[in-house]
Amino acid sequence: MKLQYSAKVLEHFKNPRNVGEIEDPDGKAVEGSPACGDMVELTLKVDEKTKKITDIKFRSYGCASNIATGSIITELAKGKTIEEAKNISWKTASEELGGLPAIKAHCSVLAVSSLREAIRNYEEKHGIVEKAEPTTEDVVKSRLRHVMNPLTGLDVIRTNLILDIKIEEVEDKKVITVSIDLPPDHQFANNLQEEIKEKLEHRYDVKEVIVKFNQ
Amino acid sequence: MNNKLIYLDNSATTRLDERVLEAMTPYYFDTYAVATSEFAYTLGIISREGLDEARTKILNKLGGASEELVFTSGATESSNLAIKGVVKAKQKEGNHIIISKIEDFPVLNSAKALERDGLKVTYLDVNKEGTIDLEQLKESITKETILISIQHANQEIGTTQDIKSIAEIAHDKKITFHTDATHTFTRLPIDVSKIPVDLVTISSHTINGPRGIGALYIRKDTPIKKHMDGGFQEFNMRAGVENIPGAVGFAKAIELVTKEENDKIKNMRDTLIQKILKEIPDTDLNGHPTNRTPQNANITFHFVEGESITLHLDMNGIAASTGSACFSRSLEASHVILGIGGDHEQAHGSLRFTFSRFNEMHEVDTVVEVLTDIIKRLRVISPLRKK
Repeated sequence: MKLQYSAKVLEHFKNPRNVGEIEDPDGKAVEGSPACGDMVELTLKVDEKTKKITDIKFRSYGCASNIATGSIITELAKGKTIEEAKNISWKTASEELGGLPAIKAHCSVLAVSSLREAIRNYEEKHGIVEKAEPTTEDVVKSRLRHVMNPLTGLDVIRTNLILDIKIEEVEDKKVITVSIDLPPDHQFANNLQEEIKEKLEHRYDVKEVIVKFNQ
Repeated sequence: MNNKLIYLDNSATTRLDERVLEAMTPYYFDTYAVATSEFAYTLGIISREGLDEARTKILNKLGGASEELVFTSGATESSNLAIKGVVKAKQKEGNHIIISKIEDFPVLNSAKALERDGLKVTYLDVNKEGTIDLEQLKESITKETILISIQHANQEIGTTQDIKSIAEIAHDKKITFHTDATHTFTRLPIDVSKIPVDLVTISSHTINGPRGIGALYIRKDTPIKKHMDGGFQEFNMRAGVENIPGAVGFAKAIELVTKEENDKIKNMRDTLIQKILKEIPDTDLNGHPTNRTPQNANITFHFVEGESITLHLDMNGIAASTGSACFSRSLEASHVILGIGGDHEQAHGSLRFTFSRFNEMHEVDTVVEVLTDIIKRLRVISPLRKK
């Protein structure tokens, strides 16, 4: 075997399982961005009584390790309760796949975090964890760590692309204003705006998310 | 499908031609001495004649028979010698050089290394077809400018530059001009008797010649200092025992490139571009439609990532390269695609196909057929695909 990938990675890459998008999903997450070269979208259905994942689908724009990891984690998560599924880690995925190249860790981690984020998205929408954790600046920051800075491929918090986060209370709900260090006509402005809104707008106590660009 | 590999990464390197090896072999087994002076022993004199003959053949091809040609270990060394050697020789005259932002790594990183030591470097923009703006070049020239280095053609997108006009601009201002002709030499004409270019980087392994041999053409009286210390070989410009078998192989490789071959390569390349753009939706040609090297096709397949495409191609016995970050060792997206104003998605989804004499037209049909299926499959799983 001359390639860096294991036979199982290549098999999942060639024939990925659970590909697609569930309509009207209970939980959804998009991790990564076209700019960083890897992106995973994951949707799932959860049985309200048993809390088991009854259906799960993913789509990937990325390299072989990204596609194979998306395939294996959806296979592992299907039929598990959301608590069990939360324990599926990069290590679990890597072991199942017979090893992933270290240099490709970033690409495959994205697929794993898309599963966790989709579960969190489900929990937040259904108020399972949400009431205990109102949307504070720290929460906003932690969510924005999942948004990539398209100029560097690293997240927008770490790369100081976010200039300011403002949270205002309006009728018991919150309006969040995120200021970004990019001009509004930048090629990635729309992408970023959408991604930021997607990470925050669904939260129970959020009324609106406003993304501001540099003038 | 037959099991023969379809190799379309000929701008990375090529398969050696047997006739080249045949020309080289005596210089390993019979005439294996170093090149000696005419007053030394016979074997060394014969070696020297072999080396000189190779040099003359290459100079003739460049149109500069009476000028200087220094053999090096390849294009990387040639461009290092040109950039660093001229900057060193002219350091009292000025502190500024001009290159384009899509130069290949030997020029780009030589400039960056000198920049860290205090040299001022202008990186010229290119338009979306990869062409520099001659007006911007003229405006960038200052009293400090000592060197301009603009490639003859690009390594990834194949776009050629108007080096005649660039050379004349440089010549008028008495600025030394270097061009990296690695991807054009023997494929497109370059004649130093007609173009006032001072230094030309050329390489052997991209034209079915041996690896580890290249050359730098140096016009007489060009200010340049050697950057490697040692013996007095190669007019005291490049120390080290001469690679005579390599030089002889290089000259033979040049001799073997014919107009018919270049026409055949161009024809296959044109067919590949036409078929892909026609048969696979959401594809774009990168680079200039006509001002490009005959062997190069570079195409972006939108909504999919290049490493996944090349891996699928490899499973089907086809070798090509991509500008995707995942494919590269540095994990950086192609500076060339970003340089022509492309976004990361355009770089990640770009594929380069480069031809040589060992390709055949039927391979083009196979590649298009296989690609159509791969792209379809990858788009099914892509979240970026249009709904």
